[in-house]
Amino acid sequence: MKASPKLTNDVFAATDRLPPIKLKKLTKSNIVIRTTMIVLAVLTVYGFVTFNNQKLNFWQNLFATFANFRTIFFQPHFNHFTFSQAFEGVLITLALGLLTTIVGAVVAFFLSLLAAENLTNKTISNSVKTLVAIIRAVPTVLWVLIFAIAAGLGSVAAVIGMSFHSISYLTKAYSESFEELDEGVIEALKATGAGWWQIVFQSIVPNSLTSLISWTFMRFEVNFGVAVAMGAAAGAGGIGYEMFMSGVFYFDIREMGTITYFILAIAIILEIISIQIKARIRA
Amino acid sequence: MSQTFFFKKRVRSLVIFCVVALICFASSVMTQFDLSQGIAAIPKAIVWGFSSFYPTADSFVYLSEIWVKMQETLLVSIAAAATAAIFAFVFAVFGSRITKVNGFIAMLSRAFANLSRNIDVSVWSIVLLLTFGQTPITGFFALFIASFGFLTRAFMETIDESGTDPVEALKATGAGYVPTIFQAVVPSSISQIMSWILFMIETNIRAATLVGILTGSGIGYIFDLYYKRMDYHTASLVVIVIVISILLIEQISNYIRRAML
Amino acid sequence: MTTLLEMKNVSKKYGNGTVALSDVSFSVNEGEFVSVIGPSGAGKSTLLRCINQMIQATDGEIIFDDVNVMGFKGRALRQMRTKMGMIFQNYNLVERLSVIENVLHGRLGYKSMLAGSLGLFTDDEKRQAYRLLEKLGLKEQIYRRCDQLSGGQKQRVGIARALIQNPKLMLCDEPIASLDPSSSKTIMDHLKDISDSLKITVLINLHQVDVAMNYADRIIGVSKGSIVFNGVPSELTNDNIKAIYGSDAEKLMINVEDQGRMKAAEK
Repeated sequence: MKASPKLTNDVFAATDRLPPIKLKKLTKSNIVIRTTMIVLAVLTVYGFVTFNNQKLNFWQNLFATFANFRTIFFQPHFNHFTFSQAFEGVLITLALGLLTTIVGAVVAFFLSLLAAENLTNKTISNSVKTLVAIIRAVPTVLWVLIFAIAAGLGSVAAVIGMSFHSISYLTKAYSESFEELDEGVIEALKATGAGWWQIVFQSIVPNSLTSLISWTFMRFEVNFGVAVAMGAAAGAGGIGYEMFMSGVFYFDIREMGTITYFILAIAIILEIISIQIKARIRA
Repeated sequence: MSQTFFFKKRVRSLVIFCVVALICFASSVMTQFDLSQGIAAIPKAIVWGFSSFYPTADSFVYLSEIWVKMQETLLVSIAAAATAAIFAFVFAVFGSRITKVNGFIAMLSRAFANLSRNIDVSVWSIVLLLTFGQTPITGFFALFIASFGFLTRAFMETIDESGTDPVEALKATGAGYVPTIFQAVVPSSISQIMSWILFMIETNIRAATLVGILTGSGIGYIFDLYYKRMDYHTASLVVIVIVISILLIEQISNYIRRAML
Repeated sequence: MTTLLEMKNVSKKYGNGTVALSDVSFSVNEGEFVSVIGPSGAGKSTLLRCINQMIQATDGEIIFDDVNVMGFKGRALRQMRTKMGMIFQNYNLVERLSVIENVLHGRLGYKSMLAGSLGLFTDDEKRQAYRLLEKLGLKEQIYRRCDQLSGGQKQRVGIARALIQNPKLMLCDEPIASLDPSSSKTIMDHLKDISDSLKITVLINLHQVDVAMNYADRIIGVSKGSIVFNGVPSELTNDNIKAIYGSDAEKLMINVEDQGRMKAAEK
């Protein structure tokens, strides 16, 4: 091994003999990060300049908003409906979220079998993945409203419309879980002469069942929020609709506070369950 | 022996299946959801889609108007994600177990982020609508609050994952708290943070449509306008503009993510 | 010989009642190369970190450079830390930054908040970093990202980062525990050189007794949070090793007395 040069005290002495040293060598990664940041900053500033085209008093409204937040969180009350009605609204929203998740999970299961590269081939897998990406590009509220024309506003249009994003999300998640499966296991089963469906139900599903359940529950958590929003924006009913009525129709923000607490409580419960499921699966 | 094993397994699966089926049935009854109607709606929707949900030459007249609103929505979505990211980073630094100042502030910043994340964006939009009215600012703040909650949690996890080691080393050199954050935490997590911001922008554009419908601004408003007028040809053009914008942003994001590695 | 560091009855107790260090006293002279040995969990790491107060000791006095630094806070603490370089088992580099940027992190203790945050370093500092890297054999790597370096190279970056602080004391926490034998030797040679040529005091945690015997001027043996041996390597007996490592001593398969005699004969 080559002996390294001895350290001497001149490492701390004046080092003028050396030319100045550049600190940053611009790598592609650095350039891209900086450019992205600058572009985002410029667009944000430009956005702010163009937003306030109605010349409303920004600060006054901001303070009014904070006052509203205070009323909502500290002075909630019941006025146009009772506790049991609010509770029923929450249940309906939960039910919508649940039905959406189940419909989404069933369809996504079959799609993800096609999307998993180790179960089909690259062409089928890629086309399913592209289809799913396009489905996701249409916002959920538009799916619901488009279906409402064919099925009428209500739970049918809401559940079917909301299912699209669940299908898209779960197909991606499920197929990635399937793709994690060891190639050898599938090969071993193929060697025994097992058919495609037998392979799916004897090795793929049991092996990834826990992660499938975890993903599905996480989607249920998301779907609760989506169901609230669809109640408010697309006539799906439930607590979201009641919130819309209190806020936009009756201007009763104290009642909105009550509803907000209901929504918050359910969301936190779902999150706690979801964290526990994730922790158990990781263990 | 093995027979009882399989039997038990089967019984358990059956019980779980029955419970899920029962909950689904109860949910359907409560929401008056009819699966057969739902299935029937799909071919109906497809037939309707092909017969009337496509842009015609007439609807292209509105394209520039639609594009103006789309631009507004894109800007709102980007501005909300970018400004929320700054606040979220500060809260994440205070909330992460690696960089927290003390337990109380950490708990407080986590609680604040939880509050803004767990209340749906639709709730925030309606509250803001009451004060800011039908303006882009309403949409901006609604998306800002939602982005803030989501990004704080995402950044917190990113900082946690980046590890204590570099922070410990910089502390040991005598570096102060703020320089340690900028010299150790930021470089270690910047690419992941950028990736989350890009994800947030994509999410915001989708959410902006909903917020726009609720608050009467941006691309959501203009869709709602043509939808309620039953001008489905123009409404379909709005959908196409949204889809193209989202797919384009996704492509750009994916490129940036790959280049940042 | 002047004393650089003196620990007087230092203890560390955790809130849950575990005692990591109990009543530890020893002193280290300027320019000395002292190795701390002991089984894992004996408190070696805690001991080292109590010195630069990465961990706050609960009791005792820590006299560094004639000042009792125990309980230092804020600016005084940071100033004290600039005088102590530290290197780590896992190198603790910012992996996504270049080698030279990591080395310059050693100057942060001397900077204002703003200059430090923005990473504004003077030309002199940059040249010094370059010079150090040159001496440590990393001239070619200065713009490499640290995640592309080998373990031995990373540890040399760690050494450069500590040296650029212009420290009086180097605290080395198991610096070769994750390295292969050849890189370990390079690192140990560099550390010995730092002590010999630059007259910087080195306090190093090691779990390899033979390495400690080869390099150290003095060995401190720690067991269950207490010092059970403090003397020159040639004084270390098999009984001492048993006292330090307990029942694990046999597993170490080292006969220190033989080794000590061999080393003495060499001299």
